[in-house]
Amino acid sequence: MVSASSASLTAPAPGRGRGSKRVLPGFGLTLGYTLFYLSIIVLIPLSALVFKTFTMTWPAFWEAVSAPRVMASYRLTFGASLIAALVNLVFGLLIAWVLVRYKFPGKKIVDALVDLPFALPTAVAGISLTALLAGNGWIGQYLEPLGIQLAFKPAGIVIALIFIGLPFVVRTVQPVLEDAEKELEEAATSLGATRLQIFTKVILPSITPALLTGFAMAFARAVGEYGSVIFIAGNMPMISEITPLIIIGKLEQYDYAGATAVAVVMLVISFVLLLIINALQAWQRRHAGAPA
Amino acid sequence: MSAVSSSRNTRRAKAGTTEAPWVRWTLIGIAMLFLLLFLVLPLLAVFTEALRKGFGAYLDGLREPDAWSAIKLTLLTAAIAVPLNLVFGVAAAWCIAKYEFRGKAFLTTLVDLPFSVSPVVAGLTYVLMFGSHGWMGSWLQAHDIKVIFAVPGIVLATIFVTFPFIARELIPLMQAQGSDEEQAAIVLGATGWQTFYKVTLPNIKWGLLYGVILCNARAMGEFGAVSVVSGHIRGQTNTIPLHVEILYNEYQSVAAFAAASLLALLALVTLVVKSIAEWRAEREQAAAASLPPERPTPQIA
Repeated sequence: MVSASSASLTAPAPGRGRGSKRVLPGFGLTLGYTLFYLSIIVLIPLSALVFKTFTMTWPAFWEAVSAPRVMASYRLTFGASLIAALVNLVFGLLIAWVLVRYKFPGKKIVDALVDLPFALPTAVAGISLTALLAGNGWIGQYLEPLGIQLAFKPAGIVIALIFIGLPFVVRTVQPVLEDAEKELEEAATSLGATRLQIFTKVILPSITPALLTGFAMAFARAVGEYGSVIFIAGNMPMISEITPLIIIGKLEQYDYAGATAVAVVMLVISFVLLLIINALQAWQRRHAGAPA
Repeated sequence: MSAVSSSRNTRRAKAGTTEAPWVRWTLIGIAMLFLLLFLVLPLLAVFTEALRKGFGAYLDGLREPDAWSAIKLTLLTAAIAVPLNLVFGVAAAWCIAKYEFRGKAFLTTLVDLPFSVSPVVAGLTYVLMFGSHGWMGSWLQAHDIKVIFAVPGIVLATIFVTFPFIARELIPLMQAQGSDEEQAAIVLGATGWQTFYKVTLPNIKWGLLYGVILCNARAMGEFGAVSVVSGHIRGQTNTIPLHVEILYNEYQSVAAFAAASLLALLALVTLVVKSIAEWRAEREQAAAASLPPERPTPQIA
């Protein structure tokens, strides 16, 4: 995922093509094993989910996925994910820009640290952010007297989702900025453009596909997130209950059909998001291949 | 006259590719403040909370038998899930990066699917497959095999969630390298396995190492999917993240953060190994570039 974008930056190496299929052995073995493993781990279990909903009648399905409490959870999940992904869009671009364009002490450590949300388990992030933002926490103690409460509120969910989505925009934009040609900016300057004009008219268009890919990845990840959110959310029905928690709640009441119905809605949405991300990456590849 | 205008031009050209120092340092400052608030403070908070009542209390939190069994189960789960995903990752990357075939783009999308599926949904699919009301539930019960609320379910859910990590790390790397070197080895008479061990593996080893260690960190830290299939049986089906949750909900803050600190240390080790792997890969690439090249080496991220 981190390096997904770097693939799109590299032109296909010479020698790949129809001919290589004949020379290199192992096509049947690797494709066969890939399909076999993919089927037993991912495809068959996911189809079990879809088939389970076929045992429900349409009204029952509709009632399960559109109950007021479930609708409130969609609004919260998608709203919080959207806000978090937008924050990550802005700050991810800023961090990528600073890491690529400027020199400052400790840059290497900062660069390595950006991947922390990929490596730190979500439950650990959840309890740690809650400890920071609670009324007696390092940050919460200064916000509480101002009347700002983040922990156990929807705002806390946004904070957790910003944390888990942080690396996506940075890691998709960074390689594109590194490859950007400074000659274009020099040309724009000699033609009299200001620095801000150059940023909006030269740099921003060239990184837009990567920026949107990172945004979509951060959003998709946030929509499905569970571990970091449940500790900080407060989990009040209708107010701070995310959709994955609705599924867990229904499972705990042995409402398998209801849980499955909501899960299928989530599954369809994540599949659509994945297709959008793929289309964005294809756009990015064309974009990177077009100039030069 | 011309000297003046040329010096003005260079100044303008320089100004055109970078910002004024105050803009630069303001941007750096904002970026660092954001990272401090969102990354550094949460990381520090884990260790501070764990050591709040001293080192003795910290060790006591890790020494209790439930913590030990959670650690053992977590290690066992990762020891099964990571090698299986490693074999799959190498096979999938070989097949996707080295050949052209119909449906390749779709296959790549399917490999990515577990990234975007919510871990809770992933856990639920296994409950529907193997749970007592599931597809294979009655058969499993008849043969006295427990999958859900037992270790096999935890391993399966972990495999699902960490499924694409190694493949995703290797595919772009192997695509960038092409297959010229492998073809040369085959033409010179090497077998397929020899080609893989002696040609491909040395080229991808750093990317592979990072993929494995990231997959391992995610396998040990998975929470959502595992929490659905585990049943939270103390001393039996609790992994470290689930143990953290139970302690935290029982207000045993120090013990919860002590267990969490193990996972945070694992995350730090992962980042260090990643940096070393990147640095080594860059150095080898630079060394290769300084040799008179047969053909230009493709850029490897």
